[in-house]
Amino acid sequence: MKLDEFFVTGDPLIYGADVSIVLATLGIIFVLTYFKKWKWLWTEWLTSVDHKKIGIMYIIAAVLMLFRGGVDALLMRAQLTLPETEFLSSSHYNEIFTTHGTIMILFMAMPFLIGLINVAVPLQIGARDVAFPFLNSLSFWSFFMGAMLFNISFVIGGSPDAGWTAYMPLAGNELSPGPGQNFYLLGLQIAGIGTLATGINFLVTILKMRAPGMTLMKMPMFTWSTLITAIIIIFAFPVLTVALALMTFDRLFDANFFNLGDGGMPMLWANLFWVWGHPEVYIVILPAFGIFSEIVCTFARKTLFGYKAMVFSMIAIAGLSFLVWVHHFFTMGAGGAVNSFFSVSTMAIAIPTGVKIFNWLFTLYKGRIKMTVAMMWSLAFIPNFVIGGVTGVMLAMAAADYQYHNTYFLIAHFHYVLIAGTVFACFAGLYYWYPKMFGHMLNERLGKISFWLFMIGFNVCFFPMYFLGLMGMARRMYTYSAGLGWTPLNVIASIGAVGMGLGFIVLVYSIYYSARHGERDLTGDPWDGRTLEWMVSSPPPFYNFATTPKMTRLDEYWYQKKEKGFEAAREVKEEDLKPIHMPSNSGLGVIMSVLLFIAGFGLVFEWYWMAIPGLAGMLICMVIRSFDYDDGYYVSVEEIKRTQRIGKGA
Amino acid sequence: MKKLQKVSRKWISLSALAILFLLSGCDLKMGVLNPQGPVAQTQYDLIMWSIGFMLIIIVVVFVLFAVVLIKYRERPDNMNYEPPEVHGNTFLEIVWTGIPIIIVIALSIPTVKAIFDLEKPPQAANAEEQQEPLVIYATSADWKWIFSYPEQGIETVNYVNIPEDRPVEFKLTSADSMTALWIPELGGQKYAMAGMETTLYLQADHEGTYMGRNANFNGEGFAQMEFEVESQKPEEFQEWADEVKDTAPKLTEKEYNKEILKQSVIGRKSFSNTHLDFVDHAKQDTYNKSEEDHEGHEEGMDMEGMDHSSH
Repeated sequence: MKLDEFFVTGDPLIYGADVSIVLATLGIIFVLTYFKKWKWLWTEWLTSVDHKKIGIMYIIAAVLMLFRGGVDALLMRAQLTLPETEFLSSSHYNEIFTTHGTIMILFMAMPFLIGLINVAVPLQIGARDVAFPFLNSLSFWSFFMGAMLFNISFVIGGSPDAGWTAYMPLAGNELSPGPGQNFYLLGLQIAGIGTLATGINFLVTILKMRAPGMTLMKMPMFTWSTLITAIIIIFAFPVLTVALALMTFDRLFDANFFNLGDGGMPMLWANLFWVWGHPEVYIVILPAFGIFSEIVCTFARKTLFGYKAMVFSMIAIAGLSFLVWVHHFFTMGAGGAVNSFFSVSTMAIAIPTGVKIFNWLFTLYKGRIKMTVAMMWSLAFIPNFVIGGVTGVMLAMAAADYQYHNTYFLIAHFHYVLIAGTVFACFAGLYYWYPKMFGHMLNERLGKISFWLFMIGFNVCFFPMYFLGLMGMARRMYTYSAGLGWTPLNVIASIGAVGMGLGFIVLVYSIYYSARHGERDLTGDPWDGRTLEWMVSSPPPFYNFATTPKMTRLDEYWYQKKEKGFEAAREVKEEDLKPIHMPSNSGLGVIMSVLLFIAGFGLVFEWYWMAIPGLAGMLICMVIRSFDYDDGYYVSVEEIKRTQRIGKGA
Repeated sequence: MKKLQKVSRKWISLSALAILFLLSGCDLKMGVLNPQGPVAQTQYDLIMWSIGFMLIIIVVVFVLFAVVLIKYRERPDNMNYEPPEVHGNTFLEIVWTGIPIIIVIALSIPTVKAIFDLEKPPQAANAEEQQEPLVIYATSADWKWIFSYPEQGIETVNYVNIPEDRPVEFKLTSADSMTALWIPELGGQKYAMAGMETTLYLQADHEGTYMGRNANFNGEGFAQMEFEVESQKPEEFQEWADEVKDTAPKLTEKEYNKEILKQSVIGRKSFSNTHLDFVDHAKQDTYNKSEEDHEGHEEGMDMEGMDHSSH
């Protein structure tokens, strides 16, 4: 392979990216070296198995990916604002919408939520860490390395350009030659390992490590949503793993699983992809529902209305999520009976979802609604998500879907549910748990500016797209003719996109501003919270709870505060202190993931001299880990006493 | 006051949007919202029926939302108010589970009926006027549409003429990537896949020209993969077909493989025979994409050679 095939060439945007990547890398290396922070980075972060630090790393990675995916989105809007624009070529545009979709779903939405889950769930159930702390570290690093592998395709080898759904035969060797599509397959495969492990980890954590007295029906709603999400992950992700592996065989070893020749079935890919893909959208929406539930209760100062109904509707949604995948290709001509079944099963999902909307509204009813930024994101979710939801029901009606399918109507719908649902939840959760993570608040004034910019921008951007779809604009078109009359709505949409971009910039600035000037959270309970994470200091000590809290009811901490007063509810009695068992840090997670990255990179280019040592190294690491008898250490009572005093800020 | 400002800001932005749509209202009367045949009309009616319900849901939720927000917002005068702990209300919960179930049923019945109706050619109001559908094979090949009229013995590329008021049975397949044939004014889309044949029934009520396109992304030339549909009076259609049969050149197998199947965006073409004479991609077990497309050796390879060259 020649060097000019290895590096992507010929586009000024790419050269710009090359330069900025090199400069950023040099900058990071310089800063770390100059401030002698390499050791700190290694011992405090890279090898950490602390769920709170892993959560923070997930969130940082997700925000970076949000930036990347957002730039992709703005480039697309720039290209589509006016008809017959020649800003991007067709092939470049195709790469950009492919990476936008893949990154936003797999490397932004999921990690952001998993980050918040990591930070909050162990604290909410009164645990000291997750069930498998090392596995958690491995999960994060394999996600991160998978994301990096996918992202470098931008400058090395070329990005995939067959859409995030990678339908066959377009994604096969014949129509997509070159390494681009391999980056997609291996990047997702490596990241998928991490997600599956996270699912298992949180299932076990929630089932086995709850505080005494916290029965399932006394768990906070975010924990419930995480539990159900973990179950969906465990059932859905193996399908993706297999589908990706089969397509990898097709591309690398000339197998014929999805190739028409020798009896393969291209449509099998579409089926497998969506058997995973539809549950996947619930993987990113259920934790969002959980976050909204927590925030709405906290800032309305009321317990969740219809707790049981909320739980059962989530279980119903999870079950139905596996029975609706065909609605992603009603137009495949599967026949009347099949389309009817999947139409009705899809519409049925609206019922439990509607129940949840009304439960939130009635949680607010008779509450005392405090307008914090976290609450504003949660409130904005309700009307916006309802717009996305009802148009989802319209799409579910197969006969009508023949007219909406793969048009901007669909684009508008899923952005309304994914942004108003997932992204709003990520921002809400970030503002809500930020003091818990970092010990200071995010600036509310800047937060509100960014909220309004983003929320209005979002509506201005995506609402017109419903009409563009009805007017005949298909998704993934890199340009359109002037005579079609689509120009005004496209201009409006692009203006909205700029608003969203500005909102994101203000959000990032507010993180920087708050780090310098943000109000300290000295109590550990800045919102007058209801769940256990607010019982400990901000940021919590590395062992979370000096003594394990005891539960008798839902929102125990809230009632304790009301009954005994703030101080007494949080008091740690000295005589209760016992040595705490904690897991040791391990560098193997990051090392294994780097080896996976090397193996993946080798496979992308079919360089087996590189792939085989990478995989072998990975296996050796697994052997080393298996014979590692270090089962943690004890934190002495003396140290706990010292930490608690500091932790309380006294 | 500040609260009202915030609430009103949202409504102002929403109503501004609404006004913009009203201003561009004439534009909206195109595509899906401008049905020109019975299939599109069925879908239009279904869409309008569902939009009605959806607007009711939106109004109910938005009104509740606005009332709750305005009434129960924290204000300096209610800082001492401690909200009651309400755990639920069985009656209310049954209501908001039951009503959505009724709505889903109300949407499901016409949906299922329409799904089955659209699998058949549109029925004429008067059974005696029912005509046999005109069969047109629509084959996609990156990035063009090939329309074959076996009855008339002609073939067109990137345009299709149809007689008005007569059902058209499109037999869809693809020579390579998966595509979707979509003519919004006449009705919804269906996929065209290599090695398979799907059927899409459409019909135009009047004379007119409509935009048709591929709605399923299939690579570089996707945006240009459009065609024009012209619906004509039956006698005009017959005249046109005869004229093509008499004057258009013959499509040779060599030209088909070299010009038509090659990945490219081309203009309109007409032929006095069909490619079905030498290949039906619906019955093929491989894509036509041979190595010549990527490497450019051995031009003009014949179809028999294709099956071997892709392995």
